[in-house]
Amino acid sequence: MTTILEVRKLNKSFGGVTVARNIDFTLQAGAMHCLIGPNGAGKSTFFRLLLGEHTPESGTIYFGGDDITHLRSFQRIRKGISVKFQVPGIFKALSVRQNLEVAFQHHLHGASLSETVRRVLDFTNLSNEATTAAGVLSHGQQQWLEIGMAVGVEPKLLLLDEPTAGMSPDETRKTGEMLHDLNARGITILAVEHDMAFVQQISQSVTVLHMGSIFAEGSIDEMTAHPGVQEIYLGAADE
Amino acid sequence: MNEIRLPDATEAPGRRGPRLWLSRLEGPQTMGRGLGFWIAAALVLLAAILYPAFNNDYTVGNAAYFLVWTFMAMGLGLVWGYCGALSFGQTAFFGLAGYAYGVITINIGSAFGATWLALVLAVALGGAFALLIGYFMFYGRIKGVFIGIVTLSVTLVLETFMAQTAGPQWRIGEARLNGFNGMSGMPPLTVPWFGGEILLYAGTTLYYVLLGMVVLVYLGLRMLLNAPFGNVLVAIRENPERTEMLGYGIRLYQMLAFGLGGALAGLSGVLYTAWGQYITPSSMGLTAAALPIVWVAVGGRRDITATLLGTLIVIAGFQSLTIYGSQYALVVMGALLVFTVLVTPNGLVFTVMSQIGRIFGKGRE
Repeated sequence: MTTILEVRKLNKSFGGVTVARNIDFTLQAGAMHCLIGPNGAGKSTFFRLLLGEHTPESGTIYFGGDDITHLRSFQRIRKGISVKFQVPGIFKALSVRQNLEVAFQHHLHGASLSETVRRVLDFTNLSNEATTAAGVLSHGQQQWLEIGMAVGVEPKLLLLDEPTAGMSPDETRKTGEMLHDLNARGITILAVEHDMAFVQQISQSVTVLHMGSIFAEGSIDEMTAHPGVQEIYLGAADE
Repeated sequence: MNEIRLPDATEAPGRRGPRLWLSRLEGPQTMGRGLGFWIAAALVLLAAILYPAFNNDYTVGNAAYFLVWTFMAMGLGLVWGYCGALSFGQTAFFGLAGYAYGVITINIGSAFGATWLALVLAVALGGAFALLIGYFMFYGRIKGVFIGIVTLSVTLVLETFMAQTAGPQWRIGEARLNGFNGMSGMPPLTVPWFGGEILLYAGTTLYYVLLGMVVLVYLGLRMLLNAPFGNVLVAIRENPERTEMLGYGIRLYQMLAFGLGGALAGLSGVLYTAWGQYITPSSMGLTAAALPIVWVAVGGRRDITATLLGTLIVIAGFQSLTIYGSQYALVVMGALLVFTVLVTPNGLVFTVMSQIGRIFGKGRE
């Protein structure tokens, strides 16, 4: 297996608060991996460092073997990283179809653009809402639309920040199926997720972040059985 | 679910070149589509063409004055309504280009259509200055209300600077800047013609030239806004972070839109100067800077047609009111802005057009 993402000694702090501390992280191409950890563990910061929204004080990020540490966000996206935010990052005043067209027109034109939009509308179960303003879709549909926007041009790596936040159990299950489908097409998936049932549905391996550091890594069963993890995360979540 | 339906955005596959661009005259970012809209537009244009036949030269020249301002308004609509950056200083580019036209034409004269060369150079200068300001603003990550503060500061600095250029040392070649009294003596636009050039003083000929320019700029903007470039501008307005995370260098798009808006403001500045052969620093002052905001807000900033019609209506109304006193007219403009913000935040003309569109099922919403 080849390594798609490699992070070495990544450090970041705000004021005197360290939010990423010597993070070493490796992700294999084709994996479905979850990042878990209690609130304030540094998961979102780690994502923002990967996306270039924050600049690390030290450390290096390699994507597909290339050093992307100093690239701007949009340059990282063009290399094959895509993201779905926790709060649906859609264009509410535009129609569903326009959202998808804006998402893909950077790469596609004419007939191939139309065909990809049609395929993604079908994939996200939004074909009947193509001309509906995105802002009036249900929360779950907005989440799917954003997933569609993120994967239409088939990125190499998809970052998902709590993809099922606010979804009904049925929507969550469908989202899990979508992600398995995408992974089967060769898209590597890295997700931040709180819902442990969902983590079990989609993930083969898990990394636990705690206070800006990697606390533990392993299979979902290993992590749920890990006393330290139970103490810092699962126990805290049950409180 | 609320059944808000928007028109299909897909461009007809297989169209290329001029046919593709012509197909973009209609699209998701502009109101008005179908035969009914274009017949109505043609009728409005026909009325505008016939207008001089029923009015004297002075009145037609005055109507030309209204047309002068529409370019700055459409540029502001592009920057503010479509790209989401409220510029309070379009008058900086207006004034800079207006002065540049004066300086160039006073120095090189008007022979052989040189005034058109001056127009192009002055508009390019206004656009380049806007690109420069836009570069520092957008790459400096200035956003929201701070864009308004920076742009207002720029235009007020320019006004202050130009107001102190009264001394004889403030000259560029033959052109005296003349401080607060303003610069005059530049020629109007001229057209080389057999048996001597045609001088486009405020009157019927200038009116037709300006009308043609308005139509060209309006249609050009419609095509641009319905092209991928326009889609990205609207996406930036709606959600800049998401747009960047789709792989767009949003600062470049913002800077280019701002540059184009500045060039259009510059075009208004040049035409204003050529229309009256006169420009003063007050054209870059606070009142002058505020008025385009009122025109565009009242018309409807998020649609280029609403912006154009709204601007013409408001300017004509404003001029009628100034008969009773300019301060009084300004108070009415302020009240109109407040009314628009509170009652029809999308713009009066935009709201009316939306209702008409719904009746005929052809609107953007």
